[in-house]
Amino acid sequence: MFEKLSYLELQQYWWIIVSILGALLVFLLFVQGGQTLIYRIGKTKTDRDLLINSIGHKWEFTFTTLVTFGGAFFASFPLFYSTSFGGAYWVWILILFCFIIQTVGYEFRSKSNNFLGTKVYEIFLFLNGLLGTILLGTTVATFFTGSQFEIVTNNSGTISSVWRGSFGGLELAFNFTRYATFINLSLGLAVFLLARILGALYFINTIDDEEIEKRSRCIIKITTIPFLITFIFFLINILIANGFAYDQNGLVYMEPYKYLNNLLAMPLVAGILLTGIVLVLTGIFIGIFKHSFKGIWFAGFGTVLTVFALLLTAGLNNTCYYPAYGEYLQSSLNIENSSSSRYTLIAMSYVSLLIPFVLYYIWYVWRAMNGKKMDKTELENEETVKY
Amino acid sequence: MEQVVDFSLIDWSRLQFALTAMYHWIFVPLTLGITFIIAIMETKYVSTGREEWKQMTKFWMTLFGINFAVGVATGLILEFQFGTNWSNYSWFVGDIFGAPLAVEGIMAFFMEATFVAVMFFGWNRVSKRFHLISTWLVALAVNLSALWILVANAWMQNPVGMRFNPETARNEMVDFWAILLSPTAINKFIHTVTSGFMTAGIFVVGISCWFLLKKRHQDMARKSIIIGAAFGLAGSLVLFVTGDSSARQVAKEQPMKLAVIEGLYNGQEGAPFSIIAWGTPAGNPDRLYEKEVFALKVPKMLSLMAFHDFNAFVPGITDLIEGNNTQGIMSAYEKAERGKEAQNVLRRMKDAKNVDTQTYLETKALFENEEWIDSYFRYFGYGYYYDSDIDVFKQNIARLVPNVPLNFWAFRVMIGLGCICFIVLAMALWWACKNSLYEKKWFYRLAVICIPLVYIATQCGWIVAEVGRQPWVIQDLMPTVSAVSQIGVGSVKTTFILFAITFTVLLIAEIKIMISQIKKGPREG
Repeated sequence: MFEKLSYLELQQYWWIIVSILGALLVFLLFVQGGQTLIYRIGKTKTDRDLLINSIGHKWEFTFTTLVTFGGAFFASFPLFYSTSFGGAYWVWILILFCFIIQTVGYEFRSKSNNFLGTKVYEIFLFLNGLLGTILLGTTVATFFTGSQFEIVTNNSGTISSVWRGSFGGLELAFNFTRYATFINLSLGLAVFLLARILGALYFINTIDDEEIEKRSRCIIKITTIPFLITFIFFLINILIANGFAYDQNGLVYMEPYKYLNNLLAMPLVAGILLTGIVLVLTGIFIGIFKHSFKGIWFAGFGTVLTVFALLLTAGLNNTCYYPAYGEYLQSSLNIENSSSSRYTLIAMSYVSLLIPFVLYYIWYVWRAMNGKKMDKTELENEETVKY
Repeated sequence: MEQVVDFSLIDWSRLQFALTAMYHWIFVPLTLGITFIIAIMETKYVSTGREEWKQMTKFWMTLFGINFAVGVATGLILEFQFGTNWSNYSWFVGDIFGAPLAVEGIMAFFMEATFVAVMFFGWNRVSKRFHLISTWLVALAVNLSALWILVANAWMQNPVGMRFNPETARNEMVDFWAILLSPTAINKFIHTVTSGFMTAGIFVVGISCWFLLKKRHQDMARKSIIIGAAFGLAGSLVLFVTGDSSARQVAKEQPMKLAVIEGLYNGQEGAPFSIIAWGTPAGNPDRLYEKEVFALKVPKMLSLMAFHDFNAFVPGITDLIEGNNTQGIMSAYEKAERGKEAQNVLRRMKDAKNVDTQTYLETKALFENEEWIDSYFRYFGYGYYYDSDIDVFKQNIARLVPNVPLNFWAFRVMIGLGCICFIVLAMALWWACKNSLYEKKWFYRLAVICIPLVYIATQCGWIVAEVGRQPWVIQDLMPTVSAVSQIGVGSVKTTFILFAITFTVLLIAEIKIMISQIKKGPREG
């Protein structure tokens, strides 16, 4: 069946899959957001145990989605993998580092004789939540604002990408002489704040404890305004920005209002974006003003749709999803010049048919495991395995 | 090498990768086997309904959980290091190598993540049967994830199912099944996974023997020994069979690795295998020793291992470098010249594109010509070692010999310790079944000592597999010099130190936690 698709259609199909994984990843960052709230919401040790165990049952999903996102990107658009990871070396190393310390944060935290002490493992979880989200968000913003790298041909005739930025990618977050840095950071902060909101909504959904619920709702209230400011700042800036377009010959040029034009050219994507934003706002509204614990479903689903639409805007409709700005403009990566061969994309597409099945069993198990809310008595039971 | 190459960058990048891979491999083998052992125990619990089996399952599960976290963390770093430190490799073969990694994520990791959560936290949340199925699915998933990464690794050692596309200057997949079902891949998968089964068997038997030594939880210990030893022993048998077929594959696909394992310089018919050898230090990693002092050799054994023929010719390091006309072995110099020619053709094609159509088409056609591919392109990677200055050329070619003493000893330690562990498993099973495993304190101690030994054995296995194939990232096609990311060597040094400290701290924490959990023992049900 996939053999009938054109090469470009296969590349689009894979961009859509990568975007879905990216979107799911941002939703699942509620685990990271929750990790930064443990001391804000948990006033006693039991509270904190409850909070950590509630998100602790899900941390592996976030982690696995990150790994699969990387794997899928590697298989479908290897030139991106090569360029971004080998170039923005320090950014990615820091992101990876934030995730190493997370795994042991949960597993070792409450074990006896754990060498570093409970507090250190809790700091690990906090750092993962804070830096992991900000760095991931900032990096994704460069899909719109660009980096500095060059694709060169070696003496042997093979192709390499060479990073021209001066600090292994860190310049994208700290070079304040460039306006785009503020756009990058605004998305980083927005992702962090959204993760906190989602984390609090998840606590409301899964923990049966009045105090925790009250404090979680309070967190949502104070986080919403800064989240909206940073997100709207990012959104407006990219909608009015010149975007990185390419023509039929692969020539890259700057097009005014490119991303706005993309949304107008792909009304379905625009619809998904708007629906997503409305759902996130609904989830937040429920979180603050209603007694319902269903806010996470609205905000979570809304997050998936919003991020999905943003990534589609970055990569489809003749847009360079990983742009090189300035003098390196022509090195910009798009889905056509950075993808795997047709054969690989077809083979991988058959594998992708497993994804609905995977989503189904995740959903099934999630329902089975979250069917009963978690409370303090469960943690007091000696039989319960806990973090 | 006409491009300026910073060898310290390659060394540090390799060191960082080796560090991550070796740390990762401390945690993985146990996971591969113990999940099955736990699943067997839980099956016993569900079928008999007896609480003691549940407590036993939970005890081993706790140890598995402690081990699992760091395995996951180091695995993440390993995947992304292909991009961060070997970025040219990622583009050159991402088409082929990325695919198994993606399949691994979609097929195995999600299954693992989903059902591991049920396994640990689902005891009171899902039915017994659902829980049992989840445990089996975890065992299946961790072994499935091993399948895909090992397929990827096997492909690097024996690149099949692909074709070079001169337009994009990269290798592209043409046959997914050839990659998945290549004999190297199947062999590597089975050999690696069963080494994990042996590790888990020794781990369970060793810890159980410690309980017997301390006279605690003796009933659980005996039951665990039967399951652990039977499972480990079954795995070990397959391990030995695939070890034998590995040797023959290496002989065929990677003759240099085989020569280095034996420290064989001059090829010969009916080549012997040294059980052990000693000599005056050479001060050069190309040589096993300066002058042989003592060696215990089994005549014709290497020929037998490599070709299942006592009198077969096994090429030595010198034959592979200098060539051997009588045996029809091409010298590495000749290969480098041919590889360089292949690179020049590619370069000419690129330069001629849109300028000189005739040259462009002529050069491009060569990449479709099987004869040319077989006599020139297959040595593409050797081209990086060519230099018009003969002295530099010689120095470059010397880099094609992997570290001899390291491979020689790693291979022998792997086999020696593997055999000891096998015997211990067999004795444990024999006595446990005959119900005569009482008061054999010397054996309890031996079994405990085997725990670190089995880890050393598996680490040595990976040293042979990976150091033995140097300098090839992809056998004959891409050496480390052209695969490495061009980043400052200072950055790589810094991250190396960062990772080394972090992984070491985590390992210490893990061992401390593990020991105190073992001391605590299972809950008495």
